[in-house]
Amino acid sequence: MRHVISLLVENKVGVLARITGLISGRGFNIDSLAVGETENPDLSRITIIVKGDDAILEQVRKQLGKVIDVLKVVDFTNEDFVERDLMMVKVNCPIGKRGEIIEIVDIFRGKIVDVGQKDLIIEIAGTEEKLEAMLSLLKPYGIKELVQTGSIAIARGAK
Amino acid sequence: MIKTGSQILVDALIREGVEYLFGIPGGVVLPLFDVLFESPIKFILTRHEQGAGHAADGYARATGKVGVCLATSGPGATNLTTAIATAFMDSIPIVAITGQVKTFLIGNDAFQEADIIGITRPITKHSYLVKDVKDLARIVKEAFFIANTGRRGPVLIDLPVDVTMEKCEEVIPAEVELPGYKPRYEGNIRQIKHAAEVINSSKQPVVYTGGGIITSECSKELLGLSEKGNLPVTTTLMGLGGFPEDHNLSLGMLGMHGTAYANFAVTESDVLIAIGARFDDRVTGKIDEFAPHAKIIHIDIDPASIGKTVRVDIPVVGDAKNILQELNKYIHFTERKEWLDKIRLWKEKNPLSYKNSGNVIKPQYVIEQICDAAKGNAIITTEVGQNQMWAAQYFTFTKPRTFLSSGGLGTMGYGFPAAIGAQLGCPDKIVVDIAGDGSIQMNIQELSTVARLNIPVKIAILNNGYLGMVRQWQELFYNRRYSGVNLNGNPDFVKLAEAYGAKGFLVEKKEDVRPTIEKAFAIKGPVIMDFRIDPTENVFPMVPAGQAIHRMIGTMA
Repeated sequence: MRHVISLLVENKVGVLARITGLISGRGFNIDSLAVGETENPDLSRITIIVKGDDAILEQVRKQLGKVIDVLKVVDFTNEDFVERDLMMVKVNCPIGKRGEIIEIVDIFRGKIVDVGQKDLIIEIAGTEEKLEAMLSLLKPYGIKELVQTGSIAIARGAK
Repeated sequence: MIKTGSQILVDALIREGVEYLFGIPGGVVLPLFDVLFESPIKFILTRHEQGAGHAADGYARATGKVGVCLATSGPGATNLTTAIATAFMDSIPIVAITGQVKTFLIGNDAFQEADIIGITRPITKHSYLVKDVKDLARIVKEAFFIANTGRRGPVLIDLPVDVTMEKCEEVIPAEVELPGYKPRYEGNIRQIKHAAEVINSSKQPVVYTGGGIITSECSKELLGLSEKGNLPVTTTLMGLGGFPEDHNLSLGMLGMHGTAYANFAVTESDVLIAIGARFDDRVTGKIDEFAPHAKIIHIDIDPASIGKTVRVDIPVVGDAKNILQELNKYIHFTERKEWLDKIRLWKEKNPLSYKNSGNVIKPQYVIEQICDAAKGNAIITTEVGQNQMWAAQYFTFTKPRTFLSSGGLGTMGYGFPAAIGAQLGCPDKIVVDIAGDGSIQMNIQELSTVARLNIPVKIAILNNGYLGMVRQWQELFYNRRYSGVNLNGNPDFVKLAEAYGAKGFLVEKKEDVRPTIEKAFAIKGPVIMDFRIDPTENVFPMVPAGQAIHRMIGTMA
């Protein structure tokens, strides 16, 4: 099962290595990872997406909680949360097709951030599904390059 | 007061009550050794850093205090890793201090540089690279606190040489502030009461305890629980000494080489009360058939240990001592005649036993004689393999901190250096390393350490000319194809002892066993006893790997 694990950690050297080591040491691949400072610059938020057996991931979650520099661990799976990825795509765009592509981007509420002679760079944020949906529509034009951040997630409501 | 990093470190160690520092000097720790030269801390020079690490571990296990070891950068640090991993697996509080190259050279492949923080990350509870001398006093305080609280474990401090030479105003931290580290000590009272109800109404209960009883210093409370509730107790290898084995409610050790009656009792139990134990595979055997009818109560300080390998019905997170003090209030005495009679019958039918012999020396006999001669005043350390299991089975452990053995990692070469630490920590005890002829050679260089400092450790080598436990597995499971286990060409251990300046005795006859042990115990210095034992003797009973624990080789039922 897909798990979205959110960690609040001390913003210190070596913390990320301990966390990724704990996960990879148990044979799990990290599908996505995002790290950033929080409203408090001494603390960072790490969001990890990992697929695996629920019981083993429960064990991983407990082990992560034991890392001295980890303040809080939440597994968002089965909780109400908002999740977003940011993606930038460089798409083939002959001059005649520009209008069509801009239309697709508008539907998905993406942004054109660069226009070249033969290509466009599109920026889009959203859930994985939304990003994939837009990508499938852009594929026929030819995707030259794609970069994507790890997912970030936040719980809804008062927490 | 303005001090150098080295002075700050040594003063911080003194504040933590460090008596002994085990280690070996080297290039980047020279400024530190210059300060140690005049400090009240006694530096014990071992002959290999692994020895220093295990000695710190043995000191910690024997005394309950934090053991401290020190090594230089690069090879000094990497030589500590086996000892750190050993302490990590058994939750032993040690602080390992490693020298490091100058901060601006880190990552440059400098001479004797190793990324010891990276190398030891999976085998330390926590680690620090000190980049600013102003952080040093705080870091040392935190390291000792982390090592010896919660679930204990090793903490590493990596100290670049320039930091040890820099000066700053020493600020002694008043309190440790670690927002991400809040071990839970008090058990949930509702869970404790629930556990008590389940225990009180049980018909076939078994208490199963591990190293947590020793660490939490609650063998008195455990005895209280057992006697108050009339509950039989079995311990893991790590838990030996936590419950008196001469007590009629003792089932001895359980698991792969445990007693038949402990394994039968656990298998038939209706309530299993696990305290400070972690359901290791050497204890549970085939997990699906482990205590299949039991409601499991699990008391542990580490929430990650609970539910890790078995389903737990009543988890209680907290310190075992606190929880047992509370739990015992609600436990009442229950007769359980049928259950205890059944156990008595198992004990009568399947005692731990071996075929003694008139002339050949049996290893079990040697252990029994050591036990008897020590009159309850011994600390036993072991190596790993048959020697370890015979020691666990045939020595009657009655007090905590008297059995020091590498349970989790299974480190051959542990016992002798651990005995050094234990002997220094407990000078009035007889400290005996029960060794094999294979494992003793893994840290035999420490004979130099004990001879020079006249540390009166006794080494009992159960010499069978083999890597015996591996030979046993090859005999039982690999068609007697003895591959890579023959120790032909062993040294003459008596001469070896003498070459280092220790005493050595060769024992080839059964009637010489006891007199030699007594002679060795009377000598106020290190002694090797080379017991030439029956080379074909095996450790029984035995649960084959992956088998259910009630299916043992070498038992009647």
